[in-house]
Amino acid sequence: MSITHTSTTEPALNLGAATNREILAFLSTVPPVDEVGASERVALFKSRSIKADAKMAALLLAVQMMDLTTLQGDDTPGKVRQMAAKGIRPDPSDPTVPPVAALCVYPSLVPTAVEAVANTSIKVASVATYFPSGQVPLDGKITEVENVVAAGADEVDMVINRGAFLRGDYRAMCEEIVAIKKACGPAHLKVILETGELGNLDNVRRASVLSIACGADFIKTSTGKISEAATLPVTLVMLETIREHFANTGQHIGMKPAGGIRSAKEAISYLVMINETLGPQWLSPDLFRFGVSSLLNDVLMQIRYLKTGHYQGADYFTKD
Amino acid sequence: MTVDQTDPTNEPWEYAPSTQSTDVVDIASRYGLWIHGEEVDPASGSYFATTNPATEDRIAEVASGDRVDIDRAVKSARSATKGWASLPAAERSKYLFRIARLVQERSRELAVLESLDGGKPIKESRDIDVNLVAAHFFYYAGWADKLEYAFAGLDPKPLGVAGQIIPWNFPLLMLAWKVAPALATGNTVVLKPAETTPLTALVFAQITAEAGLPPGVLNIVTGAGDTGAALAAHDGIDKIAFTGSTAVGKNIQKVAAANNTRVTLELGGKGAHIVFDDAAIDQAIEGVINGIFFNQGHVCCAGSRLLVQESIRDVFLDRLRTRISTLRVGDPLDKNTDVGAVNSKAQLARIEELVAAGKDEGNDWFQSDCALPSDGYFFAPTVFTDVAQSSRIAQEEIFGPVLSVMTFRTAAEAVEKANNTPYGLSAGIWTNKGSRILWMADRMRSGVVWANTFNKFDPASPFGGYQESGFGREGGRHGLLPYLESGVA
Amino acid sequence: MSRLAVNKTYKLYVNGAFPRSESGRVVSVSDPKGNVIARVAHASRKDLRDAVKAAIGAQASWAARTGYNRGQILYRIAEVLEDRAETFVGALKTLGHSQRSATNETQAAIDRLVWYAGWCDKFSQFSGNVNPVSGPFFNISAPEPTGVVGLLAPGVHPLLGMVSRLAPALVPGNTTVAVTPTDHATVAIDFAEVVHASDVPAGVINILTGDHEELAPWLARHAGVNAIDLSGADRELRRVAGELASATVMRVIPGPPAEDKVDWLAAAHQSPYIIEKFTETKTVWHPKGQ
Repeated sequence: MSITHTSTTEPALNLGAATNREILAFLSTVPPVDEVGASERVALFKSRSIKADAKMAALLLAVQMMDLTTLQGDDTPGKVRQMAAKGIRPDPSDPTVPPVAALCVYPSLVPTAVEAVANTSIKVASVATYFPSGQVPLDGKITEVENVVAAGADEVDMVINRGAFLRGDYRAMCEEIVAIKKACGPAHLKVILETGELGNLDNVRRASVLSIACGADFIKTSTGKISEAATLPVTLVMLETIREHFANTGQHIGMKPAGGIRSAKEAISYLVMINETLGPQWLSPDLFRFGVSSLLNDVLMQIRYLKTGHYQGADYFTKD
Repeated sequence: MTVDQTDPTNEPWEYAPSTQSTDVVDIASRYGLWIHGEEVDPASGSYFATTNPATEDRIAEVASGDRVDIDRAVKSARSATKGWASLPAAERSKYLFRIARLVQERSRELAVLESLDGGKPIKESRDIDVNLVAAHFFYYAGWADKLEYAFAGLDPKPLGVAGQIIPWNFPLLMLAWKVAPALATGNTVVLKPAETTPLTALVFAQITAEAGLPPGVLNIVTGAGDTGAALAAHDGIDKIAFTGSTAVGKNIQKVAAANNTRVTLELGGKGAHIVFDDAAIDQAIEGVINGIFFNQGHVCCAGSRLLVQESIRDVFLDRLRTRISTLRVGDPLDKNTDVGAVNSKAQLARIEELVAAGKDEGNDWFQSDCALPSDGYFFAPTVFTDVAQSSRIAQEEIFGPVLSVMTFRTAAEAVEKANNTPYGLSAGIWTNKGSRILWMADRMRSGVVWANTFNKFDPASPFGGYQESGFGREGGRHGLLPYLESGVA
Repeated sequence: MSRLAVNKTYKLYVNGAFPRSESGRVVSVSDPKGNVIARVAHASRKDLRDAVKAAIGAQASWAARTGYNRGQILYRIAEVLEDRAETFVGALKTLGHSQRSATNETQAAIDRLVWYAGWCDKFSQFSGNVNPVSGPFFNISAPEPTGVVGLLAPGVHPLLGMVSRLAPALVPGNTTVAVTPTDHATVAIDFAEVVHASDVPAGVINILTGDHEELAPWLARHAGVNAIDLSGADRELRRVAGELASATVMRVIPGPPAEDKVDWLAAAHQSPYIIEKFTETKTVWHPKGQ
């Protein structure tokens, strides 16, 4: 079914050079979000009943969309190599299970990750900009990004300057994203909003709009380092922002919820939400990723349950 | 610019059927009337079929009640009034709590039966209707022994025997809206379910027996329009409560006047759904969709007229169109169905007639291109745009999944257009500005105003209309009054 | 050879668990004939401190539940109490009550719980209202829970008395810490077990068996407690607690004076006006205009 959109925007603002006042005027065109209504829509997505081949398709797709992540102070090359092996062959007993989309690691582990997934389809994403807090002057962050790209990272996951956003210095926030996007070069940029710190869904929408306007290839919910991480309502708002941007410009922006998604059932709810908000085009690792670690085994268990008809136990799946 | 969402590089993800099993419900092949605590044969000995509107298959036979049966039921209810009203109120309360709990326990069974008999999606009967039924009984159970606190300065008494006639759009929920307050206030009841949806009422009667409700307190007489007319005209009842079309409601009011029977009416509507340019637009879309396509649009308080501020007309209609394309129309028992079957052949014909009229009047329209099942009564979600106020489809209640859209420029204009109807049941207002909500709400001539939400029901919240949408309120403290003799003329 | 009974240990009920007193103290409880029927925990001020902390932690989410949900939980307590009625009749008889008195009291406690359960989803319709102020403003007053309520549970009807003060406090969303004299700890902790089996979230109801004289001052002077119910206190203790409560402007709810022979079965002891004593009134204004 084809949809005709009439463009309602003025020429795009060059947010890298805009004044705070100009950005504020731009932000006033962003629609408000009703939190109760958003939660009700989410409840409808969760009530979808996905069974049989629809479920198998979703589970396999979910694996292909995973950014398998380790972001711990005690990460070592050995740990990353193990995770890479898991990402390449998630279920040793079932070669039909596809590899994950990417590995996501700290900058110092990028070389190890790049080597470990060489000659596979798996990408290497590096967190950067002094993840997770980002509380460092901009030049330090730019240097860090340049370094990880030089080390072979395909994707950069940056954090926005929440302090700047919350104190209303949108100019500073935008300037950073524009500069980091430039430093990324060929690498694609995911912009982490850290939605758990933003306060409400209106702010999530505003931060999403600004990040996209500043050059984000993907917008991402969270660092996974604070207790409030990805949620369905937050993700819904971000998907709706992407939808509006697409309607206005024809540009496809990707989305990544990260942190707190542990069950296959939840992951399927996210896929339902994408399907019914953005449509099948976005059901692809090119436009949607899950930032996860323990989700993979739960999805593998569900795949094996569908194939065998028996409930599975954790001991039968590798912990890498 | 155009966007092709059928890009072949991404196949659509088809949801597999996820059909609710009907094993949980045991449907008898034939149901009698429920009079004086037991199942009895109708005086005429005749029965009629109730069918599943999604398949056109017969489900069961139910009794054709006539004026002889009505008379019997009214006598039974009358005989039970003294005992029921003189029970300590706390005991009446406990019967109703028991009923609430039993509804909760048998909720899956009731939901499946409701969807089979009436055509609404199982997702709605399971998640909304039956939950609200239990909540209504729980709520009114708690008022039964607290009436001295409900109305300052009054010592209210029950009226006696209440006749109640309910519609087919929310069969069990409409039963709960009527029966719960009536019993809580010490009245006894004769209830006439709608002709096309008798089954959940009859199973409910069995639930009351399980709860130990004394015989005669609740009686159920199934039948068609004549049966209801006989009930309304019976001079042995103290009160008639009716929910249904405005046309029938007017007759009932007339007939009740002849006998000096008290009346409350909950009739039709043509609700205005008003969206301002500062609305939370994505949630407003959901509200508008829910407002007219929930329960296939068989909703008296449906937001069937969309009044959208002209400055956002194009964007809003685009999004509406996209959203409609994701609505799943089909088997009510499929857990993923959003829009189920139209309740009856007659109702489908009426919808088709009005839609044809709307097209003939020259209105632009678009419709979901979803595939409709080949059997059963189904109608695709339809939107008419730039409709004139004087158009039939802007004035008459369609009671189907059909939305009429018009534009406005100022709040004052929206109010004027919204109120320009003899109906006055519900209105929806979407705006980010709190003071505007309150300003508009003051001026809407509707019994229910939903701001930044729609189709919200709660046993604690009074519901009812202005003008030809009826009078009297159901729900809340106000919902007790229609069943009480206050002593105030 | 007769079968040896497995005797129950009576502990405190705090935060959804049954801990012993941190003080390690226990006290013997006897029947009117002087036979020891049980050893029960003797709560200390630290147990009280822990119970108040649990009640504070549980209050926001208890109050955030819908009235309907709270009502269903109170009704569930009644269901479980009804199911265990024989236990309570027995426990009351062991304490010296007659069969008839014990039965009446138990049934009245069940019915009173049902009565208050039915207020949860309608109380604000009784106690709140829209105010017709002079000006283009929407103005509404609504009752809100005061927060954490401490109770000195009465002794005369140990089950019914406690239920009569606990239930109205719970209706609008308060959480509670009840101190009950060790003399009837068996009934109190049996009731705690009923609560525990009834979907009541941890921390909403806390029951400490202990000494009113010892613990009341700690309760009345605890800056985290919002209101104190003195139904179980004698005249002297009321004076002491009342004075201490003033230090934080704690709400003092006297309840029926303990020195009178309170017939808790009387209808006067259930009323929405008792619920109201455990609430604050909040009034909100908003302009009406385009």
